[in-house]
Amino acid sequence: MTGRLIRDVIVPALDRGRLGPLPDSVVLSDLGDAIAYTTDSFTVSPIFFPGGDIGSLAVHGTCNDLACSAARPMFLSLGLILEEGLPMDQLERILHSVSEAADEAGVEIVTGDTKVVPKGSADGVFINTSGLGRVDRSNRALTETICEGDEILVSGPVGNHGMAVMLSRAEFSFDFDLQSDSASIWPVVERLTALGPGLKFLRDPTRGGLSATLNEIGSATGLGLRIEESAIPLDKPVLAAAEMLGIDPLQAANEGKVVAVVGRGLGSKALDILRDCRQAAGSAVIGKITAENPSKVILTTRIGGARVLAEPSGELLPRIC
Amino acid sequence: MKQGDESLAARSLSREIYEEAGALPTEVRFMEVCGTHTMAIHEAGLKSLLPENIKLVSGPGCPVCVTEKSFIDEAILIGKEYDACLVTFGDLVRVPGSFGSLASYRAEGGSIRVVYSPLDAIAAAEEALGRPTVFLGVGFETTIPTIAATLKTALGKGVDNLFVVSAFKTIHPPLKILAAKDDLDGFLLPGHVSAILGSNCFEYLPRDFHKAGVVAGFEGLDILQALRDLVRMVARKSPHIANDYKRVVRSEGNPTARALIDEVFAPCDASWRGLGVIPGSGLVPKGPYSRFDASVHLPVDVPPAEDDPRCRCAAILMGSRTPDTCGLFGRECTPEYPVGPCMVSSEGTCAAYYKYGAV
Repeated sequence: MTGRLIRDVIVPALDRGRLGPLPDSVVLSDLGDAIAYTTDSFTVSPIFFPGGDIGSLAVHGTCNDLACSAARPMFLSLGLILEEGLPMDQLERILHSVSEAADEAGVEIVTGDTKVVPKGSADGVFINTSGLGRVDRSNRALTETICEGDEILVSGPVGNHGMAVMLSRAEFSFDFDLQSDSASIWPVVERLTALGPGLKFLRDPTRGGLSATLNEIGSATGLGLRIEESAIPLDKPVLAAAEMLGIDPLQAANEGKVVAVVGRGLGSKALDILRDCRQAAGSAVIGKITAENPSKVILTTRIGGARVLAEPSGELLPRIC
Repeated sequence: MKQGDESLAARSLSREIYEEAGALPTEVRFMEVCGTHTMAIHEAGLKSLLPENIKLVSGPGCPVCVTEKSFIDEAILIGKEYDACLVTFGDLVRVPGSFGSLASYRAEGGSIRVVYSPLDAIAAAEEALGRPTVFLGVGFETTIPTIAATLKTALGKGVDNLFVVSAFKTIHPPLKILAAKDDLDGFLLPGHVSAILGSNCFEYLPRDFHKAGVVAGFEGLDILQALRDLVRMVARKSPHIANDYKRVVRSEGNPTARALIDEVFAPCDASWRGLGVIPGSGLVPKGPYSRFDASVHLPVDVPPAEDDPRCRCAAILMGSRTPDTCGLFGRECTPEYPVGPCMVSSEGTCAAYYKYGAV
């Protein structure tokens, strides 16, 4: 049964030349002398949400983890855990979405595994993807070189994925014009690598959102961060939904954004480089690294007050990715 | 207002506050009564714009914070003993009772439905096909009219399996107790509650207690403006009530909403977490609406609940202490593992201090 599923449904949807013969493993080349390797599991609920589904998310999530090591995503594995009774049309939709996202991100699904588990042992479908990416050594972002005066930028409006998933879970009688930002960030990162050693840090602000990533920079470097609240790009529907749900949009997950630290004075150059990049629409310099307030993120509020932008705590919202 | 204008306006208000406060011989303390104000003050980083001698303390205006632990216990016991479906606003779900929260009760198989409007409780009751459906009633005068409207609709429709556990609170009785305290100089009055009650209803503050009060909106600038007016009143020794939230609050409030409350509810004594019983500060369904009273129709034996003796929430709710002076704060008591109610609620004073910290 599972064998037929793999042969008739899964492989035809994803094969780009290497999956067809169903070898036990795949032999790869073209990876250069430094590779990035990562893995991630996806359990998002609901599995379909505005702007994507668990399939596209599983491709983007792993590609983006590679991209944050300044690695060009090349190959993915795809592990599917299917709950017995998952409607076939849903599986087909997810596979179509995997294949579309992979083609768009320029990665190939080269190996995979499928397990069907009894009803109740999973929730519809869980996906694991591992990814290999090629690293051009000269482009490695180095956290150790971050220093006072460096500038922090984000590649577009934040909070869309987290809010879209939360909203599709809540029962609201009205619609928000809000979609997940799920996308591959490699095109953004590839352009930023033009900054050479001026590009010092890359991170996709997924779980915990922008707040978590900024706090990571603070604790990794021991330096302070000064962020301008008014400079943080936020879409209006995200703000409206955030107010409605009582969730801080800066703590809401993103799946198609990158936070970068670039050298002093390089912020506007970075924005210039990204100007024609569709995936970086709305990118902005949001603050800088400071010597004062070590390890803390200080937000200058819209009215000019100052407060700590704390690390997300409390109810970490489950299964947004 | 544009971004630049906003921070310019804030700077100018801040300067005025500094000027007025400079003339004051001592520290002055203002209480923001409402939890939404507490959050807004921290979120906007307002304290960084105020002089040293202007202190803001938080009051008892967060409905979750002042709800007794035994309320959660009673709800869970009703759920268990009568196989009832509990209907609640989301902010109560994580509040710990003596033997778990609604969240843990749900994990054990209890039926909990989270609603955004109390009117959804009627739909829940109708879908429950006769099974008792119990709305967990917390809130102040802002929320109570919509619950009164819900009971009125339910009565009209003849819904007979809907009940309410009442822990409603009214704002005047505790405010009168707080106004008598010497260490508070004025009150930032709650904008939403005032929209129902009207700004006139606070006249007793200057008249009987010689305390200032300003009704304020919830934007950073609204609050700064209200603080400027409070400092000015104190500096000029002319406490009175001002309404700085005229775009929402009328002096006479919303008489229709108040009439609705009076039609459905009667005052009763109520127990405030940390503060004890305050006479006449609660509400229970009356007359034909008493058929919805869960404590009458779904009685349970609720054992007395005990709070951790080290918890300082009572003093914090009275404005006598700030969270950072509590030994549990940030150590044993965090948003993940709250000990006291002020940490549980997203609008609680301790949660605000924890989340937004100090620079």
